[in-house]
Amino acid sequence: MRTIERSTLVDAVAALCLKAAYDLPADALAALERGLERESTARGQSFIRQCIENAAIASRERVPICQDTGFAVFFVRLGEDVRVAGLAEAIAEGTARGYQEGYLRKSIVADPLFERRNTGDNTPPVIHVELVPGDKLHILLAPKGGGSENMSALKMLPPSAGRQGVVDFVVDTVVKAGGNPCPPTVVGVGLGGTFEKVACLAKKALCRRIGEPNPNPAYAELEREILGKLNASGVGPQGLGGDVTSLAVHVEQHPCHIASLPVAVNLNCHAARHAEVEL
Amino acid sequence: MKGTRTMDAIKITTPFDDQAVAKLQAGQEVLLSGVVYTARDAAHKRLCALLDKGEGLPVDLRGQVLYFVGPTPAKPGHVIGSAGPTTSYRMDAYSPQLIAQAGLKGMIGKGGRGQNVIDAMVKHKCVYFAATGGAAALIAQRIVSCEVVCYPDLGPEAIHRLVVVDFPLIVATDAAGRDLYRLEARS
Repeated sequence: MRTIERSTLVDAVAALCLKAAYDLPADALAALERGLERESTARGQSFIRQCIENAAIASRERVPICQDTGFAVFFVRLGEDVRVAGLAEAIAEGTARGYQEGYLRKSIVADPLFERRNTGDNTPPVIHVELVPGDKLHILLAPKGGGSENMSALKMLPPSAGRQGVVDFVVDTVVKAGGNPCPPTVVGVGLGGTFEKVACLAKKALCRRIGEPNPNPAYAELEREILGKLNASGVGPQGLGGDVTSLAVHVEQHPCHIASLPVAVNLNCHAARHAEVEL
Repeated sequence: MKGTRTMDAIKITTPFDDQAVAKLQAGQEVLLSGVVYTARDAAHKRLCALLDKGEGLPVDLRGQVLYFVGPTPAKPGHVIGSAGPTTSYRMDAYSPQLIAQAGLKGMIGKGGRGQNVIDAMVKHKCVYFAATGGAAALIAQRIVSCEVVCYPDLGPEAIHRLVVVDFPLIVATDAAGRDLYRLEARS
């Protein structure tokens, strides 16, 4: 059994928080550049250029890409032959340190309904752990902004709704969101599983390299069809009209109950941030 | 600024009077300079609670512009951290009251506004600008001063007084009720 020191994990998590906030990943930047080529409106082009220029400034000056440095959401793949003492506490400690040292915004309130007092250190994070074979620890941080998260939606469709029901729900959700989630968006779609599983699938879909199709050809075709409809909708960059409403649609599917066709849509803004490390 | 069309942008300065507001038309690009105040959900709630009780506001909003933003903390040597717009519809429950009772003349955010806000804007002459969502590092370069004026306990949601120079914006909804977020206003 391999052991990873708690301090190693804390350091790695703090570093991930800074990297995710300052450096737009190469896949997100490339997606914006492809979007700029497709966009025909002057206003839409201007917005996308600002996003690209903004990413360059953030990376160069080591400042956040967006003022909403997000809820710290971690996807952890924990090898069965590796041991970390106090995994969750170490990730929370690394989050607090990263958000403090990196001058990132603390955006978490302790109670959702009544006091809504800021916790002051952006904790607690959300941590999803998956047990996998091996002795490695893989951590992916996908900080999630509130503006795009608020426009996300979930529906338990009846199986009879079928493919068309799914397409309609996703398109309707993105079009209704308009300019709110900072389009051009990345659209994560979960299909199948249970109520909680489908939401997680949609979020996980956002972590895929942008534009990489689903390995199943039928789902890859579904992704293309939805993306085509979104970009023909006229919502456009910032919701002020244009050809590029979304940069990509990623679908993740899972087996589901004979009675159900769960569908979840999780939206990400154009600053599709993520950073990962393997220990 | 690279990436921003400034050729036909109009330079405007805060504060606004009715005449200045009436000149602005949906779709125009502007470069805004002067004082703007920041406020998000929590600050709006407090301001409206004061108005409900008939009390004065800690900041005089007559003729002023509110920017819906919660900046990141400033690094040493910086005026402010990253400071892009937050989603405006969350302020829809409060904006009409600030427009009608506090004399607010402008708002800066992102995303469309509800009909209740647009109706108040038309009735009392107020304008809504869209800033580029997510261009937070770029926008920060146009902010030359920043100080907290009230509600420091709200952290990033405190009301800050900013001085901006050539802040690039688009008139999204004008005082005649034309709204760029609705397709028919774009032609």
